[in-house]
Amino acid sequence: MAGEERDIKVHIDNVKKTYMGRTGEVVALNGVNLDIADNEFVTVVGPSGCGKSTLLNIIAGLLEPTSGTVTCNGKVVTGTGPDRGVVFQQYALFPWLTVKKNVMFGLNMKGIKGEEAEEIAMKYIKMVDLEKFVNHYPKELSGGMKQRVAIARAYAANPEVLLMDEPFGALDAQTRTQLQQELLDTWEKEMKTCFFITHDVDEALILGQRVVIMSARPGRIKDIIDVDIPYPRDQETKMSPRFLELKNLIWSQVYQEYLEVRK
Amino acid sequence: MGDKSLTKNGGKQGGKLMSRIWLLISLAVALGLWTLLSVLPQTARSFPNVIVTLSQIPVVIERGILWKDLSSSLISVGAGYALGFVIALPVAILMAWYKPVRNIIEPWIQFIRNIPPLAYVPLIVIAAGVGRRPQIIVITIATFLIMCITMYQGIINIDETLIKAARVLGARDKDIFIRVLAPASLPFVLTAIRLGASVALTTLIAAESTGAFAGLGMRIRSFNNNFETAPMLLYIIIIGVIGITVEKIIKLLERKLTGWQEKREI
Repeated sequence: MAGEERDIKVHIDNVKKTYMGRTGEVVALNGVNLDIADNEFVTVVGPSGCGKSTLLNIIAGLLEPTSGTVTCNGKVVTGTGPDRGVVFQQYALFPWLTVKKNVMFGLNMKGIKGEEAEEIAMKYIKMVDLEKFVNHYPKELSGGMKQRVAIARAYAANPEVLLMDEPFGALDAQTRTQLQQELLDTWEKEMKTCFFITHDVDEALILGQRVVIMSARPGRIKDIIDVDIPYPRDQETKMSPRFLELKNLIWSQVYQEYLEVRK
Repeated sequence: MGDKSLTKNGGKQGGKLMSRIWLLISLAVALGLWTLLSVLPQTARSFPNVIVTLSQIPVVIERGILWKDLSSSLISVGAGYALGFVIALPVAILMAWYKPVRNIIEPWIQFIRNIPPLAYVPLIVIAAGVGRRPQIIVITIATFLIMCITMYQGIINIDETLIKAARVLGARDKDIFIRVLAPASLPFVLTAIRLGASVALTTLIAAESTGAFAGLGMRIRSFNNNFETAPMLLYIIIIGVIGITVEKIIKLLERKLTGWQEKREI
C-alpha cells in the first residue's frame, strides 16, 4: 500500500453517524475505517448522500461522530483545530474582507498580527497567483479566483491536514482543470496531507494516491483503489492506458452505487 | 427611450449625467401633471398649482406653525424610531438565536404588522392619554415590528459555511460573534434602519391623530377641516421631502459600509 512506510496522520476508527430525519433515524455513516498517511493525497468519490461530506465534517471537528473516533496526530478529534484546514465548495470567503484580510483571518486567530501576518498572507496569495487582487473584495472575483483565495487562506493557517469538500464542484470545466493542476503542483511543493472529496472520477484519479469509493445508505467504504500512476501528473495523464483502466474500474463501482441510490 | 436600458444606468460611462437628465425629465413630467390637475375642473380644488402651493411657505412660517410642527413631528418620529430600533435589535438577535423565543414572538409580529396603526391608536390613547407619549408609542410599535422582522430574517439567513469557515480557522465563539455575525448582519441592520425610517414617517398621521397639539400630521388634518388645500398640499410634500432625504442618506451609508455585498436586496 502506498502509505505503508509512512506515519499515520489521520486514523478513522469505526465511525458511525446517525441523525434524526423526518421519517426516523437515518444512518449517514456506518463502520468507516480509514488510515491516511502523512503527506498522502486521498480522494473520495461516491454518489450524493453517501455521507462523504459528513465524514469530512467529522474529521474537521465540525460534527461529532455518534460512535467511533477520529484521531489526528495521535490525538482524538473533539472539535476544530489548527492541525486541520478546510476548503469548502461554496468558497466561504468573508465578503466584507479583502483578499489579503481573508487570507490573514486564520493567522489573526492564532495571534499572528501585523506585518508578520501580512508577509505570510502575501506568500500564499502569490502562490495562487492573485497578488494583483490583494485589496479586492470577493465580489470582484470570479469563482475560480475565489476558490484560489480559499485555498490560500487554508494554507496560510498552516494546517497539517487539508480537507477539501468538492472544492472545484461549482467551477466550469476549464477552470477546474487548471485548479487541479495548481493543487497538484502545490501539494508536491508543500507536501500536506490532503483529503479531497469529489463526485468526479477523473478528478479523484488525477489527484489522488488512493481513491476511496463510498457507497450510500448507509455510507460506508466500498473499496479503496491504489492509483499507481507516478507524479508529476498532468492533463496528458488522463489519456494514459493505466488511467483509463482505473477510471473504468472506479466508474463501474460508482455507477452501481448511483443505480442503488436511484432505487 | 425604448432602448435596451433594462441594464443599470445603461452602461457606466456618463451614467451620472444621464441619471441627472432623467431626474430633470421626471421632475418636468410631474410638474406638468400637477399643473394639469390644477387646471382640470374636477381636481382643481384639491390641487392648487405650484406657485400657489409654494407661496404658502412664507405664510406658514409667518403663522409660526411650520417650525413648531416640524420640530414636534421630528421629535416624535426620532424618539419612537430610536426606541423601536433599540428594542428591535436585541429581540431580533434573541429570535435568531433561540428557537422558543422565535416560535413565541414571530407569529405575533407578523400578525400585528399587518394591522394599520390607525386602527389601534384609540387603544393607545385610552391607555397612555393624549400628547407626546401616545405618539411615540405608536411609532415605536410600528418601527419595532418592521425592523425586528427584517433584522431577524437577515440574521437567520447568514451563510452557515461562513461560521464553519471561521471555526476551522480557529475562531472562538467571541470571534465568531464579533468578526463574522456582526459584519454579516450589518447589511440587514441597515436595511431595517431604512425601512424603519419609512414606516416611522408613514405612521406619523396615525400617531398624531392621538390629540396632538402640533405636528405635520396633526396640521394636515386641521388644514383639511378648514378646507385649506394649499398649505395642506405643501405639508404633504414636506413629508415626502423628509422621507426621500432620510432614505438617500441611509442608502449612502449602506453603500459606504456594505459595498462589499455580492447583491443588494430591496
